[in-house]
Amino acid sequence: MWRILGQITGNGIRSEAAPEFSDELRLEGERIQHALLAILGQALTIRQVDAGSCNGCELEINALNNPYYNIEGLGIKFVASPRHADLLLVTGPVARNMELALRRTYDATPGPKLVVAVGDCGCDGGLFGESYASCGRVANVIPVDVAVAGCPPEPIEILRGILTAVRRCRAGSA
Amino acid sequence: MLISGFSLDGERLPSPLPIWRATVRAETWQVIARGVARENGRLLSLWASDRRRGAAGQLVVSAAYVVREGLLWIDLPLAERAATYPDLLPCFPAAGRLQRAAADLLGVVAEDAADRRPWLDHGAWPKGYLPLRRDASEKSLGAAREVTDYPFVRVEGDGVHEIPVGPVHAGIIEPGHFRFSVVGEKVLRLEQRLGYKHKGIERRFGELPPDEGYRLAGRVSGDSTVAYAWAWCMALESVAGCEIARRACWLRALLLERERVANHLGDLGALGNDAAFAFGLAQFSRLREDWLRLSKEAFGHRLLMDCIVPGGVASDVDRAVADRLARQCDTIERAVQVLRQVYDEHSGLQDRFMTTGRVLPELAARLGLSGLAGRASGQAADLRCDQPWAPYDQLAVNIATQTGGDVAARVAVRFDEIFESLRLIRAILSRLGESGGAVCTDLRLPARAAFGAGWVEGWRGEVFVVLEWDGESGAHVIRRCHCHDPSWQNWPVLEHAVIGNIVPDFPLINKSFNLSYAGHDL
Repeated sequence: MWRILGQITGNGIRSEAAPEFSDELRLEGERIQHALLAILGQALTIRQVDAGSCNGCELEINALNNPYYNIEGLGIKFVASPRHADLLLVTGPVARNMELALRRTYDATPGPKLVVAVGDCGCDGGLFGESYASCGRVANVIPVDVAVAGCPPEPIEILRGILTAVRRCRAGSA
Repeated sequence: MLISGFSLDGERLPSPLPIWRATVRAETWQVIARGVARENGRLLSLWASDRRRGAAGQLVVSAAYVVREGLLWIDLPLAERAATYPDLLPCFPAAGRLQRAAADLLGVVAEDAADRRPWLDHGAWPKGYLPLRRDASEKSLGAAREVTDYPFVRVEGDGVHEIPVGPVHAGIIEPGHFRFSVVGEKVLRLEQRLGYKHKGIERRFGELPPDEGYRLAGRVSGDSTVAYAWAWCMALESVAGCEIARRACWLRALLLERERVANHLGDLGALGNDAAFAFGLAQFSRLREDWLRLSKEAFGHRLLMDCIVPGGVASDVDRAVADRLARQCDTIERAVQVLRQVYDEHSGLQDRFMTTGRVLPELAARLGLSGLAGRASGQAADLRCDQPWAPYDQLAVNIATQTGGDVAARVAVRFDEIFESLRLIRAILSRLGESGGAVCTDLRLPARAAFGAGWVEGWRGEVFVVLEWDGESGAHVIRRCHCHDPSWQNWPVLEHAVIGNIVPDFPLINKSFNLSYAGHDL
């Protein structure tokens, strides 16, 4: 136990002193947190749906949970059911074998039902395009609010996309 | 040629690894399968291709075996009307799903195969449509069928009930369906249904310009982008009969080992988390993030996508960057040593890890468990040690094995492999300092038909790529590309690993294998 506590305290200090980009990210992170609270006034819940990605986008979405981005600290949480979600984070070109599952997930999500498509494939089908097995971009299957380009987009870009969708939703309802 | 005791009419492909290709008849196809199985060889992959060209050519089914001398690629041309071939399932359990996939994509069927349920075809494309046949047309694609129910095997008995999970999972995970038959909380049987991510990659290779293919290969399974890009480029270089520069070999190995460390760091954190030890996730995910950020600075991409290109690598590493990479190895090594001690001494964590999801060596050998999971179950195979191609021939890689076959063993192999990869990275960096020169060679693709193959030990296991090149009469196209992920071998073994465990341990067991859905579904 002492070793664990020692590791935690040691690590906490190192993280504070982290050089170069972490300071920059921290500022960015704070801006996002303030904006999120100002716009939404509450925590944001996200359901991630992989509709056919190469799994690269999932790696970067997972990275949002690491201590650098600390997405839960910003008031954003990944949830286990679309029924608990404000926003769907969808990756991949939509494989035809996933088309039905994606539609059902969308139908099960309550309002405001925001959708952020992540990655070049989600934006335009990417290298996989449209074919007998791929429906191409996410917007070909369900309505998309924001599409985040990149292969895969870096975590901070995904975060920016999420925030943009929230902001647009607010602008739309006002 | 005489390989593994078989006298075969074939050729050795120009490749840094020993790979032979031979064409056989149906009787020999079976003799070879039995012989390889008897000699403890392994089935690496099975696929089919359409080599018809007007009136000439045939449908062909191919198998790749790992034997002592290297890799044996066997082609069996099929009669047009029947398009059947002898079933490999009796010799190699891993053949089952591979044969079902070949039936879905090309309509070639294993004779006497008991399980003929479609595998990649979920009913989303028209009945009878065979996407990898030359005459497949996309005209009728609008008329998709109703998505079909899949006939899972039912377990009957008092108190048995089913838990269906997926395809969309409760987390940031790829899609697939798991059907558990349980009594109370004990798992009697797990049956997987995969193929949800099938997006037609193999056909896509033929539609892209040949010099774009490496990018698509790097997106077969994003977590193994380096392994796939290397295997694909190796296959193309083998088609061109070209050798790459020494420095490019060193840099490719540097990238591959960095990919291995990145994935192991991520998995070790996630495994702690799945056993309710959130501390582990926080610690390891921080280390992984540091690792990815330096990858971005040094190579231009956090996951190292598109860093390996046909003929070599995209960019060189200068002295200053090499020093930073070496220093990072020292930092990460110290941190992981501390964390390993924490994991080892944490009784709650070890209680969840030990004896959970066990695949004993005997079962692993029988089912053909491969790669990292195989090494945790006493299957001492690592391509970097068994067939050390350049630059591994100068690195003397130490294999990491365990015999426990449980989650704890798969955790231990990951720890050992991190330390070994850090050692390799430092060795590679010191060798880079001694040599200079080009990092990319021009490829001249031949004006004839040619075959190529690439074979690389990725972090999960062996990645294998085959290419059929058509350079005849002005053509300049890839006629067939087949990519094989080690997950094909290991997914069915996961079904066995779960038997007798409790349902809440499934996420932990699943994570300890960490298999690719994308790499399997293609």
